Amino acid sequence: MIRHAKLIAAKDLRIEVSSKVLTAQILPFGVLVLVLFGFGIPPDRRVLGTDTDVSRSLLEQAAPGLFWLAVLFSALLAINRSFAIESADGNLDALRLAGFDPGGVFLGKSLAVAAELIVLELVVGLGAFLLYGPPLNDVVLLVATVTLTTGALAFAGILYGALGAGSRLRDTLVPLLVLPVLAPVLLAATRATESALFGPSSDGWAWVGFLGAFSLLYLGAGILSFGSLLEES
Amino acid sequence: MTTEMSPESVSGPSSTDQSGPESFSTTASKVTTVLGWLSLASIAALLAFGLLISPPEISQGESVRLFYIHVPSAIVCLYIAFSITFVGSVIYLRKQSVFWDLVAGASAEVGVVFLGFTLATGMLWGKPTWGTYWTWDPRLTSTAVSFVLYLGYLAVRRLDMDPVARSKRAAILGIISFANLIIIRYSVAWWRSLHQGTTLDPRDTQLDDSMLVSFFLGLVALSLTFAWLVIHRFRVAWLEHQLEAQQLEVAIAERTASAGPTGLAAGGA
Repeated sequence: MIRHAKLIAAKDLRIEVSSKVLTAQILPFGVLVLVLFGFGIPPDRRVLGTDTDVSRSLLEQAAPGLFWLAVLFSALLAINRSFAIESADGNLDALRLAGFDPGGVFLGKSLAVAAELIVLELVVGLGAFLLYGPPLNDVVLLVATVTLTTGALAFAGILYGALGAGSRLRDTLVPLLVLPVLAPVLLAATRATESALFGPSSDGWAWVGFLGAFSLLYLGAGILSFGSLLEES
Repeated sequence: MTTEMSPESVSGPSSTDQSGPESFSTTASKVTTVLGWLSLASIAALLAFGLLISPPEISQGESVRLFYIHVPSAIVCLYIAFSITFVGSVIYLRKQSVFWDLVAGASAEVGVVFLGFTLATGMLWGKPTWGTYWTWDPRLTSTAVSFVLYLGYLAVRRLDMDPVARSKRAAILGIISFANLIIIRYSVAWWRSLHQGTTLDPRDTQLDDSMLVSFFLGLVALSLTFAWLVIHRFRVAWLEHQLEAQQLEVAIAERTASAGPTGLAAGGA
């Protein structure tokens, strides 16, 4: 299964490198969303921080949530893209015919999306620091949060993406399916990132635990159910 | 459910039974007729107790009456309807029985209606009590997310694809959605608990006897109505399923009759 996962992940990433959809379309979209949040939330409005008496700009205080929203919306594009490249010529059926383990296909596609999300998070994260200017309190907590959230987004995203695969309605269906499921992830990631940026760290680690449990749950569910999902897709 | 039906109406739908359409001419049976009348009677009793006999509550006033329908409908959809969908989905994946697939779908569909009703009555209660239709109360928030979660499930049931593959996907979704229901509920509760004290909880308030009766009647009335709606919704889905299967047979028969065996082969080539 691991070997099959590596093959699938390598295939998806090679397609990505040659088509440049991530760099040319998804990354600019993510950064654009960050800029647009600045139009929706007045940049010069100041509020008291939730943790201290320090006054911050509203954008700075909301930075963790806005960052994860931008990532979430961009992740939807990456997930759809991951199944768009399989939709031509009944590719998913061909993978099964070629003897690929369904769990391996799930893991491989998830890992490829996770790799793309890491790149996305680096760029959008850098943009968020530059545009919103929040402090950074705990780097380790931030890295742990980003890593586990990436896993949660990729595993749940690929599992739900497969539910719409092979249908003409996929593009509109997948966001409807996956956003309510990822709502708890958005919540946990935002809280953990708030702790990592503004402190105290102790609150954040509990949410990191939640993100880890969520990732593991969806990793297991995806590996178990992907066989049934790929059948007759 | 299936054993007591009159012969001219429904003949026990099950995965193995492929009886003709004439045996399924109506979606009503003796059992559901009785069930329907019982629902109406219990709703009438609920109206009498909930609106006339029971007193207004001390702190919430008249708006407490909303709870006699709000809480029961929340219980019916979140605990009963989506559990049935979960169980139906599990059985479908094990046995591939169309019966359980349709039961899961019917229950989710009526459940979503009840969930929407729960949200609407909750917001109506919030306006006089909290002064606003919407607060980021954990229950309200998680219920809204759950509502969209099951709308997604219903959307998958309507996908334009092979019915067997679609049912399989819907079953997997029906199982994971139930887990998600729990995850969403607890994560939102945890999220809010870090930021605000607990909001007014109706379970903390002392209930008068007639209030308890009203609440109990609400539970009975909405459960009966739910059962009645689900059975009818299931039977319509079952008819649709039979019709689809029958249409194919009719089409094949017509094609064979008009073309003859040699003509069919030539026409199909």
